[in-house]
Amino acid sequence: MTSFTRRIALTAVAAAALASLPAFAAEKVNLGVSIPAATHSFMGGINYWANQAKKDLEKEHKDLKITIKTAANAPEQANQLQDLSTVTKINALVVFPFESAALTKPVAQVKAKGAYVTVVDRGLTDTSAQDAYVAGDNTAFGRIPAEYIAKQLGGKGNVVALRGIATTLDNERMDAFNAVLKNYPDIKLLDAKYANWNRDDAFKVTQDYLTRFKNIDAIWAADDDMAVGVLKAIEQAKRDDIKIIFGGAGAKGMVKTIMDGKDKRIGADVSYSPKFIYDAIKLTAEARLKGEKLPATTIIPSVLITKENAKDFYHPNSPF
Amino acid sequence: MPPEPQTSTPQPEAAQHRGENKPRWTERLHGLGPVIGLVLLCIGGTLLNSDFATVDNAMNVLTRTAFIGIIAVGMCFVIISGGIDLSVGSMAALIAGSVIMFINWAGPASGSPLMAVVMGAVLAVVLGALFGLAHGLLITKGRIEPFIVTLGTLGIFRAYLTYFADGGALTLDNDLSDLYAPVYYASLAGIPVPVWVFVVVAIIGGVILNRTAYGRYVQAIGSNEQVARYAAVDVDRVKILTYVLLGVCVGIATLLYVPRLGSASPTTGLLWELEAIAAVIVGGTALKGGAGSITGTVVGAILLSVISNILNLTSIISVYLNAAVQGFVIIIVAFLQRGRR
Repeated sequence: MTSFTRRIALTAVAAAALASLPAFAAEKVNLGVSIPAATHSFMGGINYWANQAKKDLEKEHKDLKITIKTAANAPEQANQLQDLSTVTKINALVVFPFESAALTKPVAQVKAKGAYVTVVDRGLTDTSAQDAYVAGDNTAFGRIPAEYIAKQLGGKGNVVALRGIATTLDNERMDAFNAVLKNYPDIKLLDAKYANWNRDDAFKVTQDYLTRFKNIDAIWAADDDMAVGVLKAIEQAKRDDIKIIFGGAGAKGMVKTIMDGKDKRIGADVSYSPKFIYDAIKLTAEARLKGEKLPATTIIPSVLITKENAKDFYHPNSPF
Repeated sequence: MPPEPQTSTPQPEAAQHRGENKPRWTERLHGLGPVIGLVLLCIGGTLLNSDFATVDNAMNVLTRTAFIGIIAVGMCFVIISGGIDLSVGSMAALIAGSVIMFINWAGPASGSPLMAVVMGAVLAVVLGALFGLAHGLLITKGRIEPFIVTLGTLGIFRAYLTYFADGGALTLDNDLSDLYAPVYYASLAGIPVPVWVFVVVAIIGGVILNRTAYGRYVQAIGSNEQVARYAAVDVDRVKILTYVLLGVCVGIATLLYVPRLGSASPTTGLLWELEAIAAVIVGGTALKGGAGSITGTVVGAILLSVISNILNLTSIISVYLNAAVQGFVIIIVAFLQRGRR
């Protein structure tokens, strides 16, 4: 992607050199972006990266206009999609749907009016309503921590897990985690309870895990926000049996901890960065400017973050 | 509802009279239902997991209850006076965020981290009182329904926190956080600080409600506002004060909350309002106002956190059903208490 950026920059320089020539008649791209409002850190990150994409891309391409709308719930998002289509007259759309089912029809309508549609993260129930799909990898989000924990524990030990909110996305992660642990009969998953991707709930659930289980080797916090609560609960109980705490998503605080090697219990994380909205907007805008199409499905891979590659995932300016 | 005869005898003495012998009796009776529920739950919890009945676990549960419990004590006044406040969770979140930003700024600026933390704690209470005052004024002088006013501020407070936090989290700087931590994590005579504060707030609340003229006015307004007005009670002032009291309670709860995680995010304090209201009602206070008890509220708050504690300590039922268990217990306890009202 960087080489691509460089090429664009070179083209811009060349264009500036030939400033006397009239610009070639490329079609203007009016891109609409529809995302959920920043109600928690991850969505805060989504908002940050969407705005970052607008800033970077509009500066780079004269023929591109990006309009970002944030919605607090699914009906509001449906209304905004209508507005984007009829008032703003977009010809390309990047949408992060609140819910799959409720937004399938509204997105289909935008597409019916001729806009090119890229759906991010949550797939629609009817895939014919989208041209392209860009998403993070939830299976890897569960598989990678399980593999890491199993390896670090040498295939033997007690593990507890936290879960997010009961959704298909959370189930996919948990199933992937369990699937790996099946290969290690000596690793016991003691329990997995919901803590709602919330620091306070994670604190309480962990306190109770610590009361209930006298020997825990690893905690899969399954989210960097929840890991904050987990750490505080362990600190309070003064327990030193826990060797591994594994979060998820790659929040900047957690990545920094890994980068600096500050906590030996936190040696790794798995990426699920809100930056994929940036990639989705960039891919869509640049493909449309050239009149090209995106592949039907683009999975932004979730990868293991360790001390070696942590700096690639550290974005100090992002709220996430 | 108060009996009709009262309306025809607009005597302040009558109200005072009732107020004087009422507390002891009703408080006992109202308190009994939740207490029975709590005792049964604790027996059940011990049978399911012997770790439940340890001192450490009891302290964990009481410490976590402290936030909701302290808020519920304030909420008790508001509900008894016939009002409601839906905004407490958002208010706590905004206060937490503001205090964190203030301490982060004041720490280096004033040169004395300790001073910054102390001033931050004071700021929490002051902000709470101010927000409460705003609610009270809008409700009494502005004559807007409390439900609407606080529904409005529920959105406003949380939106501002999200704005300040840029959608992410506000986090206390590390050394300041260490300095502040004892407020949540330290113990006095083996009992964590938040539990002490909870006890003190509850006792003060009980005294104000049952032993002062102000407490009786609150109950009188809740049972019949018109009669209270005839009885020369300054209804507006009393009502405004209930919201200020609640605001102060939220401030105190927040100043205990901030050192726990040292951070505030848009999910901080989510649904605390419902937990606080549930604690008050489970504790035997009538949602329509007029009568209620602080003891019951305290027991109600503890009961709610004991349920989730027991659920976390066992895995006999599917995690998908946790919320249902909570719902069943709340309804059963409310039923027990109804029989004795």
